[in-house]
Amino acid sequence: MSKTIKLKQGFNINLAGKAQNNVVDGIQPETFAIMPPNFIGLERPKLLVNEGDSVKAGTPLFFDKKKEDIMFTSPVSGEIAEVIRGEKRKILEIRILADKQMEYETFSSYSTSELNSLNKQTITDQLLKSGAWPNIVQRPFGILADHTQSPKSIFISAFDSHPLAPNYDVLYKGEEQYLQAGIDVLKKLTEGTVHMNIDSNREVSPIFSNLKNVQLNKFLGPHPAGNVGVQIHHLDPINKGDIVWTIKPQGLLEIGKLFLEGKYDTARKVALVGSEVKTPQYYQTFAGAGISKFVQDNIHGDHVRFISGNVLTGERIKSDGYVGYFDNMVTVIPEGDHHEFLGWILPTTKKLSFHRAFGLFSFLNKGEFKPDTNMHGEERAFVMTGKFEEVTPMDLYPTYLLKAIMADDYDEMEALGIYEVIEEDLALCEFIDVSKHDVQSILRKGLELIQFS
Amino acid sequence: MKFLRDILDQHKPKFEKGGKLEKFYYIFEAHETLLFAPNSTTKNSGVQIRDAVDMKRMMMTVIISLLPCLLFGIWNAGHQHYLAIGEMADFVAKIGMGAFLVLPIVAVSYMTGLGIEFTFATIRRHPVNEGFLVTGMLIPLIVPASIPLWQVAMATAFAVIIGKEVFGGTGMNILNVALTARAFLYFAYPSQISGEVWSYIGEGTAVEGYSGATPLAIGAESLTSGENVVASLNSFGAGWAENMYTLKNLIIGIMPGSIGETSVLMCAIGALVLIYTGVGSWKIILSCILGALFMGFTVNLFGVNPYMEMPAYYHLVVGGFAFGTVFMATDPVSASNTETGKWIYGFLIGVLTVLIRVFNPAYPEGIMLAILLMNVFAPLIDYYVIGANKKRRLKRATV
Repeated sequence: MSKTIKLKQGFNINLAGKAQNNVVDGIQPETFAIMPPNFIGLERPKLLVNEGDSVKAGTPLFFDKKKEDIMFTSPVSGEIAEVIRGEKRKILEIRILADKQMEYETFSSYSTSELNSLNKQTITDQLLKSGAWPNIVQRPFGILADHTQSPKSIFISAFDSHPLAPNYDVLYKGEEQYLQAGIDVLKKLTEGTVHMNIDSNREVSPIFSNLKNVQLNKFLGPHPAGNVGVQIHHLDPINKGDIVWTIKPQGLLEIGKLFLEGKYDTARKVALVGSEVKTPQYYQTFAGAGISKFVQDNIHGDHVRFISGNVLTGERIKSDGYVGYFDNMVTVIPEGDHHEFLGWILPTTKKLSFHRAFGLFSFLNKGEFKPDTNMHGEERAFVMTGKFEEVTPMDLYPTYLLKAIMADDYDEMEALGIYEVIEEDLALCEFIDVSKHDVQSILRKGLELIQFS
Repeated sequence: MKFLRDILDQHKPKFEKGGKLEKFYYIFEAHETLLFAPNSTTKNSGVQIRDAVDMKRMMMTVIISLLPCLLFGIWNAGHQHYLAIGEMADFVAKIGMGAFLVLPIVAVSYMTGLGIEFTFATIRRHPVNEGFLVTGMLIPLIVPASIPLWQVAMATAFAVIIGKEVFGGTGMNILNVALTARAFLYFAYPSQISGEVWSYIGEGTAVEGYSGATPLAIGAESLTSGENVVASLNSFGAGWAENMYTLKNLIIGIMPGSIGETSVLMCAIGALVLIYTGVGSWKIILSCILGALFMGFTVNLFGVNPYMEMPAYYHLVVGGFAFGTVFMATDPVSASNTETGKWIYGFLIGVLTVLIRVFNPAYPEGIMLAILLMNVFAPLIDYYVIGANKKRRLKRATV
């Protein structure tokens, strides 16, 4: 039943600082935060709480004035410590001082057999009310899912091929029943198939391969084989007018717990990784965890960058920042704001590169790399051709798509397949780009042009 | 290297916004980044690490791949000079003579081109692009050592301004810039770039029996004389330069011609560098060769005149075919941008080169015009390749 899809194009980035497989349970951050900018497609958040209010896990914090049904709720119980606002009073962070003992809002709970008889309306209502809904991401555009629509199919990538990505076997060990419940619930929301795409580069993990009610697909090949967008392209590509949903296993877990136990429990493991971390490992915590306790006395050097997420698609955060809603990892790498004498030509095996231009011998180095955040060059016009295609295992032309976006050519963007990609799918192009374009932000600009046209 | 850094840091404020020399910021920046890779870091969102490659390294790779052609070309220019005037000279004298002939051309090409680049960067307020580093090296290699320097300057200026800057600078040009310069010379000053110009005679007098005919000229002559081309090539140079145009020497390249183009061997070394580093497209190089062989065999089949009877593989070793294929056709900006397109683009260059050589005696060398013509058609090829991709997507949507 399951088929294996082999992908040739792509590039695995082997970085130093992989997480050991142990999970630290006992260090809990004092504050947690939910950050509205994490949710693409959230237009006008309206606060429902004030500083000083007490909340439980699952208490609504804000909602979108444009889509009033979707509640964004607190990941932990405690007291609203601070609301951080930016320009034009835009809400950036809602910080919550966590209780020592979690308290949960109560939602309806069901037994495994009852799940199968639930109707779509009940499920949608509970997902929206509890705060679990934003886990569902809608393609095209990679935005908050619209609950009034029914997706063509639902895709779940059961592995992460990004650099230093956490091992899903560690993240979801012992959580099989919740994942299964999550699938059973989501199954009710689509007429189509629920796809579970597993990694066939290594031994297949029984956590995912034993799940039922899903279509199992295997993917073989380098990164971005684990990107759900690439997987969709090969299984059931998105055409104009199609809507598909994607969700990470973390989301399934939350949804499963919500329906089996009647609580919005954001408990999750977060991997702290990167060359600058003394002991890279996993931490048992909740969504939106403050990282300061994890990184305290655990970092080499003092000139480092903290990234919520991975080095290709992540977001820079402060040393006392918070893990993003969709992230299961924090990467710490050295900052690279230094000049390098003749750095553009000296031969090296230490500098990571996809290319083999003169002096770049990193392809001979089979070890782990410790890149810093230096740009290694300046922005130029597109000159090299054919390289983006080598890291994009999809039938599309990234350079042409980017040029169409730069020219604000809507028809061309559509014809060249903008519906099939979001930032992460072209992140490798941005990494390898000789001309140093901001590929991901250009792509988001194009997606917004189309979305709001 | 700290003292260099200190000097730069000391003078930098003058060029930054509000400084006295603000206008010349990009000129300062171009020199600064040549000495030190910049200290800029990745943005807050998006990729947090960047590949170590940049445009400077890419372009430098091409220049390195050109070095064998340049060095051989310098020696060969000197060697041909002494051969033509019938004097014996040692290796050092030949190198000295070659350097005396070639280096001024390189210097003029770079000074003219970079001067224009800097001017445009200052007026248009954009960073200086590295593209000219390659162009500036290519131009000297595709002209005869005897060319007047003012013509090099004219051609370079024409190519950079009309061939590139009016389109928006590096990355936006339609035609290969170096070939634009050569085409300019070819049509504006034909007497200095065709005929008996390939060996520098200078003050001396040519040796008895001397002929400056190139293999391509001999090929074209066969149309009127009716003699077998290979036989004419093998017997060329009797009395002053035996065996100059044998197959072996056509490959090694100790013969008159444009400075860098004579040696197929050196071009092959350059090709290996470009292919190994991935900077030049092997698809274009291979398909050019296949195209030339295909057309060569096709004209062999008809074989109504001696030139058409010349073995197809001779087309690969005479004239500038090897140099053009390896260094000009692979220019990523003016070539086809799609991988499928590159096969078609290269193949047609090969075909057209042989067509022009054999059927148009007015233009003995076909590769230059073939590449320029295909530069113009490359966007059209891409248009159809991309069109096919769009069609696949549309077809899927309606099913």
